[in-house]
Amino acid sequence: MPAPLLDVSGLRVSFAADGGRSTAIQDVSFNVGAGEVLSIVGESGSGKTLSLLSVLGLIDRRTTFVEGRALFNGRDLFTLPPRELRRIRGAGIALISQDPMTALTPVFTIGDQIAEQILAHEKVSRRAARARAVDLLREVGIPSPEEAVRRFPHQLSGGMRQRAVIAMALSCNPALLIADEPTTALDVTVQAQVLDLLRRLRRDHGSSIVLITHDMGVVAEMADRVMVMYAGRVVEGGTVREIFEDPWHPYSWGLMNSIPPVRGAKPARLVSIPGTPPTPQDIPPGCAFAPRCRLRRPACAAPPPRQEAGGHQALCLIEAAERPGLRAGLWTAEGTAA
Amino acid sequence: MIAAVLQRLVQMAFVMFGISVLVFLIFFATPGADPAARLAGRNASPETVQQIRHEFGFDRPLPVQYAIMMKKLFITQDLTSFVNRGEKVVPEILAAAPATLSLVAGAALLWVLGGLFVGVISAATRGSWLDRSLMILALIGISMPVFWLASMANLVTQSAYHDSWAFSWVPELGYTPLTKNPLRWFQGLVIPWLTLATLYVGIYGRVLRANLIETLQEDYIRTARAKGLSETRVLLRHGLRTSLAAFVTMFGLDFGSLVGGAALLTEVLFGINGVGRLTYIALGNLDLPMILASVMYASFFVVGANAVVDILYAVIDPRVRKE
Ligand SMILES: Nc1ncnc2c1ncn2[C@@H]1O[C@H](COP(=O)(O)OP(=O)(O)OP(=O)(O)O)[C@@H](O)[C@H]1O
Ligand SMILES: [Mg+2]
Repeated sequence: MPAPLLDVSGLRVSFAADGGRSTAIQDVSFNVGAGEVLSIVGESGSGKTLSLLSVLGLIDRRTTFVEGRALFNGRDLFTLPPRELRRIRGAGIALISQDPMTALTPVFTIGDQIAEQILAHEKVSRRAARARAVDLLREVGIPSPEEAVRRFPHQLSGGMRQRAVIAMALSCNPALLIADEPTTALDVTVQAQVLDLLRRLRRDHGSSIVLITHDMGVVAEMADRVMVMYAGRVVEGGTVREIFEDPWHPYSWGLMNSIPPVRGAKPARLVSIPGTPPTPQDIPPGCAFAPRCRLRRPACAAPPPRQEAGGHQALCLIEAAERPGLRAGLWTAEGTAA
Repeated sequence: MIAAVLQRLVQMAFVMFGISVLVFLIFFATPGADPAARLAGRNASPETVQQIRHEFGFDRPLPVQYAIMMKKLFITQDLTSFVNRGEKVVPEILAAAPATLSLVAGAALLWVLGGLFVGVISAATRGSWLDRSLMILALIGISMPVFWLASMANLVTQSAYHDSWAFSWVPELGYTPLTKNPLRWFQGLVIPWLTLATLYVGIYGRVLRANLIETLQEDYIRTARAKGLSETRVLLRHGLRTSLAAFVTMFGLDFGSLVGGAALLTEVLFGINGVGRLTYIALGNLDLPMILASVMYASFFVVGANAVVDILYAVIDPRVRKE
């Protein structure tokens, strides 16, 4: 098996908080192979964005401490000199950040901003960079791209801005694209188009994609592998098949139950996980999910073991044999509650 | 864009008209005081007062009085000072304006560059010893009163160390017109420029630092970094441009009011015969025509500078531009 394109291990991110440090990301490891789509899911605040921004060094180093290792093409991004890291940012790894409305600098035209990235990495003329910007905008499906390059961000709709952001991310043919909820801000038809675009990117350029999302539907459609995050930890990881057909972690069961079924009778209401995730300051010492877990046991007060089988892993003490029964019991319990 | 500029200029004309009316009313329509007597100044003879009353139409309705006054200010420009025995005030102000403009423009250049330098360096190195020392220096600059700083500067450069190699080039106090002797003009203004700019470098530097640090938290700054741009480029191209709003606003107000006469302490202490100094003297001997003219002149500069600021906004930020 070839070495993965991006290999993150033992990632830990903490903030300087009054009187110590609060750890927001704990022991996160994952890898992305060439041409692979890894999806990261989890509730708001589970640390999806923060883990990937830390990998790219896009956090404020004055207040944020990052430990661990992140190998990109075998080079550790955390120890790379700033110059080298800059060469990778934008060209090797591109980021589509979470909110398209604020991701572009308001005072420069779309064309300027795309050309700027191209010029930062390649020795081409300004004119050539500009022409490529037009091509990119056409490629992401912006109508009349010759005109759009001259527009300022505020003159474009949300969907168009998101496409412009994507076009910019694609401008240097990155080997890895990190897409942070690229469709959340968009309406359904535009969502479908953007996902199409990402699929095409993988097909045509063989790029790998890390796709961060809340939407299990998007995961099912796009991902090869899935990583479920909760309170800054990876609670479960595996192939899409494994996660959808045989999830191990009670949190993943909750996530699955929040998808409306495609066929069959719809439940009276979608079952959600009660409660809210903890903030980095008050993550419990044992299993982080325990306070919200219906299957909580006394043993959950201790750090849970990591169970593994093949590539599938979960951070929970529930044994393989117990799972079907417990999960079915959860369903009936919720059925009566509803 | 051009339409927007024109619209702004028309708007400016209206504001100036409003100001002139207001100033006129305050000066000449306050109840209980005879405007003619006030114009004439202290110790004027009854004949003079009578003549003024007739000349300025104070025995006629207010709109006529306003029209006569504006005519004397802007058209015939023959409003005379009675305290100063018939000196025409408008030409006097116009003659003083170049000195004020020289003083303020030079100081403005210094404080804009200095403010940018302090703000950008501090924001870029926030939390470091360099940032902290710059902020302390800025605070010192802000808290030194101009009259004290100017007196100290004079003490050092004019008397105590005037004969040392460091300050022997400093000419005597006073203003030499640029057209008469450019070198002398420059030499004479260096110390006043530095003195006047000190306060503003401190203020502008601190404000810019705060705005820049706020801007650096924005998503688009992260995007710029994610693109692989250098830190300098991110800061200067993506950060600075979007942080300039407060800086430009303050500049418009400060520049306008200083040119309008607010630099009077600096002018008086360095013996520069500028508008501020004229106003100062006029206030001292209740020379109403002069005060009136210089208030008008000052308010017009403030209004004008604000219009320029609005146009600058549109240049800096495309979101402000009207389609
Ligand atoms: N600069 C910071 N200082 C302190 N805490 C922070 C900082 N940045 C993020 N956090 C915390 O880290 C946690 C993870 O945040 P993150 O943005 O990664 O969540 P997310 O999974 O991307 O959520 P969402 O789905 O809403 O985007 C949150 O609890 C957040 O409050
Ligand atoms: Mg996020």
